[in-house]
Amino acid sequence: MSGDTFLGMPSFPAAAAESTRNRRLRANLSHATRTIREKRARAVAELTDWAELRAAGKAIKDHTLRHLDRYLLQLEAAVTAAGGTVHWAVDAAEANRIVADLVLATGEREVIKVKSMATQEIGLNEALAAEGIAAYETDLAELIVQLGDDRPSHILVPAIHRNREEIREIFAERMAAWGRPAPEDLTDSPAQLAEAARLHLREKFLRAKVAVSGANFMIAETGTLVVVESEGNGRMCLTLPETLISVVGIEKVVPSWRDLEVFLQTLPRSSTAERMNPYTSLWTGTLGPEGDGPSAFHLVLLDNGRTTALADQVGRQALRCIRCSACLNVCPVYERAGGHAYGSVYPGPIGAILTPQLRGTTSEIDASLPFASSLCGACYEVCPVAIDIPEVLVHLREQVAGQGGHRLERAAVKAAGFALDHPGVLAAGERVAGRARGLLPDRLPGPGRGWTDSRDLPDLPGQPFRDWWKKNRSRSRSRSRSRKDSR
Amino acid sequence: MRVALFATCVNDAVYPSTAIATVRLLERLGVEVDFPAGQTCCGQPQFNTGYRRETEPMVRRMARAFAGYEYVVTPSGSCVAMVRDNYPRIGAKAQAERRGSELAEAADALVPRMYELTEFLIDVLGVEDVGAYFPHTVTYHPSCHGLRLLGLGDRPLRLLRAVKGLELVELPRADECCGFGGTFALKNPAVSTAMGDDKVRHALRTGAEVLCGGDNSCLMHLGGLLHRRSAPLRPLHLAEILAATEERPWTEGARTEGARTEGALSVGRGPAKGAAPDGLRNEQSWSGT
Amino acid sequence: MSTGRETVLARIRAAIGAEQGPPVTGPSATGLGLGPGPGTGSSASDPGAGAGSPQADGVTDRLAGRRHEDIPRDYLPVHRDEDPAALLDLLHENLADYRALVHRSTAADLPATVARLLAAHGSRTVAVPADLPPDWLSAAAGVAAVVDDGTLTAVRLDAVDSVLTGCALAVAETGTLVLDAGPAQGRRLLTLVPDHHICVVRAPGQIVASLPRALPRLDPTRPQTWISGPSATSDIELDRVEGVHGPRTLEVVLVTES
Repeated sequence: MSGDTFLGMPSFPAAAAESTRNRRLRANLSHATRTIREKRARAVAELTDWAELRAAGKAIKDHTLRHLDRYLLQLEAAVTAAGGTVHWAVDAAEANRIVADLVLATGEREVIKVKSMATQEIGLNEALAAEGIAAYETDLAELIVQLGDDRPSHILVPAIHRNREEIREIFAERMAAWGRPAPEDLTDSPAQLAEAARLHLREKFLRAKVAVSGANFMIAETGTLVVVESEGNGRMCLTLPETLISVVGIEKVVPSWRDLEVFLQTLPRSSTAERMNPYTSLWTGTLGPEGDGPSAFHLVLLDNGRTTALADQVGRQALRCIRCSACLNVCPVYERAGGHAYGSVYPGPIGAILTPQLRGTTSEIDASLPFASSLCGACYEVCPVAIDIPEVLVHLREQVAGQGGHRLERAAVKAAGFALDHPGVLAAGERVAGRARGLLPDRLPGPGRGWTDSRDLPDLPGQPFRDWWKKNRSRSRSRSRSRKDSR
Repeated sequence: MRVALFATCVNDAVYPSTAIATVRLLERLGVEVDFPAGQTCCGQPQFNTGYRRETEPMVRRMARAFAGYEYVVTPSGSCVAMVRDNYPRIGAKAQAERRGSELAEAADALVPRMYELTEFLIDVLGVEDVGAYFPHTVTYHPSCHGLRLLGLGDRPLRLLRAVKGLELVELPRADECCGFGGTFALKNPAVSTAMGDDKVRHALRTGAEVLCGGDNSCLMHLGGLLHRRSAPLRPLHLAEILAATEERPWTEGARTEGARTEGALSVGRGPAKGAAPDGLRNEQSWSGT
Repeated sequence: MSTGRETVLARIRAAIGAEQGPPVTGPSATGLGLGPGPGTGSSASDPGAGAGSPQADGVTDRLAGRRHEDIPRDYLPVHRDEDPAALLDLLHENLADYRALVHRSTAADLPATVARLLAAHGSRTVAVPADLPPDWLSAAAGVAAVVDDGTLTAVRLDAVDSVLTGCALAVAETGTLVLDAGPAQGRRLLTLVPDHHICVVRAPGQIVASLPRALPRLDPTRPQTWISGPSATSDIELDRVEGVHGPRTLEVVLVTES
C-alpha cells in the first residue's frame, strides 16, 4: 500500500486530539453517522434471516480466501475467454504502471473514474497525473474531495466530513477550473448540489474514451464483475467509454454466480441502508450485444499487501471486508475523531485492522492504529461478514507491542505481572496505596496525565477487599483451600 | 450452594464496597460465598494492550485459584468477557506455538463456570426480586462487554425494576461506549474523554441521582469526569444497589471507607443522610478539585 | 506482467499452502457456455491440496477447508408469500418506496398508458430498442420514436426526452428491475442517458420474489443493469436525495393480463 498521500501523518492520538476539538467536524460526523445508523438497523431488521446471511457471507469469503490461487486462476481464464485481458500487480507501483501504459496506448490523455477504494489505495490519480493523464472522479463525494483538494474520510461517503454549506462553497469556487462551472445561483439544497454535479460531469461522460473502475465482486466461475452504486456515474463509466480498466483487490473474488444472492442482500442494507442500491452493473469481459459497452476490457488484479494479511491466520479475516462501511458508521471513535485521523484511505474500525496489515506497523501512524479503539464491539456486531474487528485489533497490538519503542511499557507490564502473580505482594501494595491515599496528587505525571487532564482519580479505600474478607469472613472458610496460593 | 467470588483487581484495590456488597447480596440469597485468596487479576489490561504472553501466568492463576468451585461469580461483565472470549484464544495460540495444551485446558476448565453477577442471579438462582431497597432515581449504563460480548440483555434492568423504592429512568443512547476501553483511556485520552463527555451529558439529562453500571472501570472513568465538573450524579455499581435493604440501607462513604470491620459499614449508620440528591453527592468519594 | 502473476500466486500459496486441507470442489462453470476454468472440479491443480497438513490449531477457522457446495446456506430463499398477486403488490410498494412512479395497466391498455405517461412528461421524442413490441407506442401520437439501430450515440441520446423499454425480470422484495439487453431492452446506454425511463414489467411472468429466485433465471454472459428506483445519492450528509446521473424519473408500468 503506497499511501503516499498520508506519509508523515501524526499518530492517531495526536491527530484525533486535534480533530475532536473541531466542532464543525464533530457536528457533521455526528449528524451523518446517526442518520445512517438508525436506517441501517431498520433495513437489517426487515430480514429475519440476517444472521444466516451473515454466516453464509463469512463462510463464502473464508472458503474463497483459503483457495484464493485457484479461484483467481479460474477468474483469469473466464475473463480471458470472455474477451478481457487480465493483469497482475504485486504492488501499487506495478498497478499504476500497468494502468498508465494501458491509457497511453489508447492515445487518450483523460480518463473518467468510478469511485474505487483500490485506486485510492494505490494513489492512481497522482500516478496518472505524473504521466500527463487527467483522471476525473465522477462519484459525487469523490468529486467534492477532488475539487476541494481534500482527502477522503469515509469508505462510502468520502466527503462525509463536509456539510452542505461547505459543499456549496467548493462547487461554486472550484468547478470552473475543472470544466463546466456551477450555476450562479447555486444554493446548499442537496438536490441543487446533485444537479450541479450532473451538469458538470455530463460533458465528461459524453466525451470520455477511457474509464477506470474498481469492482465490488468478481465471480470466478463466470468472469463477471459487479459494481454497486447509486448515482449512475458508475453506469456511465462502465457503459459509454471504448476502453474499461478495472483495478480490483485479489480478495474481491467470489466463487459462484449464486454467491451474489448473499452479498447483494447484505451489502446495500449495511452500507446505504437500502433494500437495494439504485444501480448495480454486471458485465463479463466484452460479451454482450454488438456495440453495448466498452470494446476493450482490462482487469488489473491487485495484491499490494493483501497476501501479507492472508498469511496471518487471525488478521486475514479483514480480507472478508466488502467495504460497506457499517463499522465506520457505528464506531464511537470514528464519530469523534473523523476519518482523516486514521491516515489512510481506509478509516474507522476496518481501517484500523486493514491499514496496518497492508502497510505494516513501522510508521508512527500505522503502529498507533490498532490502539485507536475502545474495543466496544459495535463494529463486529454490525459487520455483514462477521469480521471480529476487536479480536484482530488486539492481535495487531501484540505485534506492535513486540516492536521497539515499547520497552518502558513492557517493563511496567512485567512489574505489574509480578505483583499480580504474588497476591501477598499485591495486597501489601494495596495497603500502602490505601494509607498513602491522601498523598496522591490530583494531576499525575507521565502517561497518567492522559487520565488526570480530564478526569479525577477515585479515592483509594482504607483497605482492600481482601483485608475486609480476612477480618470478616475468612476464618470460617477458604483459608485452608487457598493458603498455598496466597503467599 | 457454594460459589467463589472473583472480586477483580479493580474492586479489590479501589472499590471494595462493590465486592463486599456482592458477598452480602449472595449470602442474603442463601449462597455460601468463598473468596479464594490466590486470585488477583484476569489479565485483561495486559492482554488488550498487546501483552498476551505476559497474560498467561494470570490464566494459570485464575484456573488454579478457582479450581473445584461449581460457580465463579464476579461483579464485572468485562472480566467475564475476558475469561470467556480471550482465555480460549490464549490457549489456542499457545498450542499453535507448540507450547502445549496447558493453557487451553486451563481455559476450558474455567470458562463454563464463570458467571457475571446478573447472569448468576437470573439464570442460576432464578431471582429477579432480590429484596433490595434503594429509594433513589437511577439510570443504567450497560457497559459494552456486558451488552455485546456477554449478551446480558435486560437482566440488569429486570433486577433494578424489582428494587423497592427505586425509580429507573432510561439512559438515552445507552448502548454507546462510554470511552473507557482500558488503556484506551490513557493512549487516546482526547477521544476517550469526548466519548465520556457525551455519555455523562446524556446521563445528567435524565435527572437521575445515580448512574448505575455493572463495571466499575467504566464507572471510574465516568465518575472521574463527573467529579471534575462537580456534577450532581453518583456512579454506583449495581451490586451495591442490590445489596441495600430497608434494614441495611446503602450509605454514603461505603465506597471510600471500604469498611474496616463488618460493623463499620452498617452498624451505627442510618439511612442515607438527608434528602436523596444531597445524600448522594460524591464529594467524599473523589479526590481532586 | 507474467512475473507479477507468478509472484502474486506464489505469495498466496505461501500464505495458505500449508493449511489448505482436503481437496475442494469449486462451482462448475459448465452450463454457462464459458468452459471450465482451470482447477474446476479437480484437485490436481490444487496446490497444496491433500498435503495432509493438520489444521494446525484452534485459531484456524474450522470453516475454511469446506467445499464450496458445503457452505451453510441457512438463509431463506424468499421472505414473503410467493402468491403472484402478493408479489405484484410488494413490487409496487417497494418500487414506490424508492421514488419510482408506479402504474398498473392491462395488456390491452398498455399503449394508452404509455401515451399518457409520455404526454404528461411533455416528451416529444422517445428512444426505443429495435425490437420493442410495435403496439407499445401505437397510441403515442405526436411523439417521435428514436429507434436504436445500434448506432445511436450518447450525445444523440442526451437530446432525447424519454426512453421506453421492457425488462428481463423484476424482484419484488427489493423493488428491483433487471435489464439484460434481452428482448425489448436494447443496449445499456439506452436506459442511462435520457432523463426519463418508462419500464414495462409483465406480471406475473416477469416478477420473482427474491434474489435467490432471480439469479438462476439470469444469464451472467449478458451485461446486466439492476435498477432500484431513480438515480440517487447519499453523499451529502448521508441523506438520500434522488436524481444525479441516471434517469431522474423512473416510471414503471406493471402490466397484468386482465
